[in-house]
Amino acid sequence: MQIKVNERDYTFADNTTAGAVKARIKADADLLIINGFPASAETLLSNGDRLILIRRGEVPGADELDALLTARHTPGVHEAVKGSIIGIAGVGGLGSAIAIALARTGIGQLIIADFDIVEPSNLNRQQFFIDQIGLPKVYALRDTLARINPNVRVTACHLRLTPANIAEVFGHAQILVEAFDQAQQKVMLIETFAAGFPQRPIVTGSGMAGYGPANTVLTQQVANNLYLCGDGSTAAAPGTGLMAPRVGVAAHHQANAVLRLLLGHNPATEEA
Amino acid sequence: MEIIFNGKPREIQTGISIQEFLDQVQLDCLQVVVEHNRNIIPRQRLAETFLKTGDTLEVIHFVGGG
Repeated sequence: MQIKVNERDYTFADNTTAGAVKARIKADADLLIINGFPASAETLLSNGDRLILIRRGEVPGADELDALLTARHTPGVHEAVKGSIIGIAGVGGLGSAIAIALARTGIGQLIIADFDIVEPSNLNRQQFFIDQIGLPKVYALRDTLARINPNVRVTACHLRLTPANIAEVFGHAQILVEAFDQAQQKVMLIETFAAGFPQRPIVTGSGMAGYGPANTVLTQQVANNLYLCGDGSTAAAPGTGLMAPRVGVAAHHQANAVLRLLLGHNPATEEA
Repeated sequence: MEIIFNGKPREIQTGISIQEFLDQVQLDCLQVVVEHNRNIIPRQRLAETFLKTGDTLEVIHFVGGG
């Protein structure tokens, strides 16, 4: 039978156990993952299984890194997303969290654009660090993403997005993620991208301020190629701040919507 | 005449533009994305795009925060 071990192809006799393969290929491994799920050494392998052998604490070489980073993925997901190109407009509370989630998923390329620099008041919800204060957000985030998954190509654009440059910056993005703060900027971005690329999906965020129930944050298809994540109504305003938990809920709705689109599923429903 | 506005039938004045409709329902075009018959309409074309019987109009209102 054919088995993939750390993404390399091997042939073994039927009724071989995971432990027997471990003994032959990586005897010092102490974590065995079969088809995305941890398994015991006694588990019998089946033809076509994907076995990952990991030694805890060992930093893998570049050739094995991709397979080991995605060992817990649902099988087939990484192959489906690693060739994709996703644009993220704005890398504040939404965009920084979305970029990290997509990098961990193993998206092939992220195009991130933002004019802003990291400030202390960002750190209550945005995925930056004290030692990044003063850096352009896109460069700080690019460094963070490289520490998480160096196989993700990151194109960092430190600029203000306008109707004049949106098509150029995101010309190669197959899906655009809107992650701005200002409502008028959200509208401007969606109108501009939809005019240039009417067939490409846009995943937007609206309504994630405050500490209302997380359960009111939804993913909805609000137009032909437009998916909206948020409660749709809770604006950032005096007395209603933006905080990590609910912004993070909305951001991960957006990241999951991107993943579902890439896998051919409707982000808002169970339909394929 | 009747259009479908945000998923529901709605009686509107005959021959008005999308901009005029937004003004009547008091929606600020700077804070909404308008989809007319499954196409998103940029705000500079709202005044020159006229509604017809049976048209579908989706108006998505945005709030700040991100």
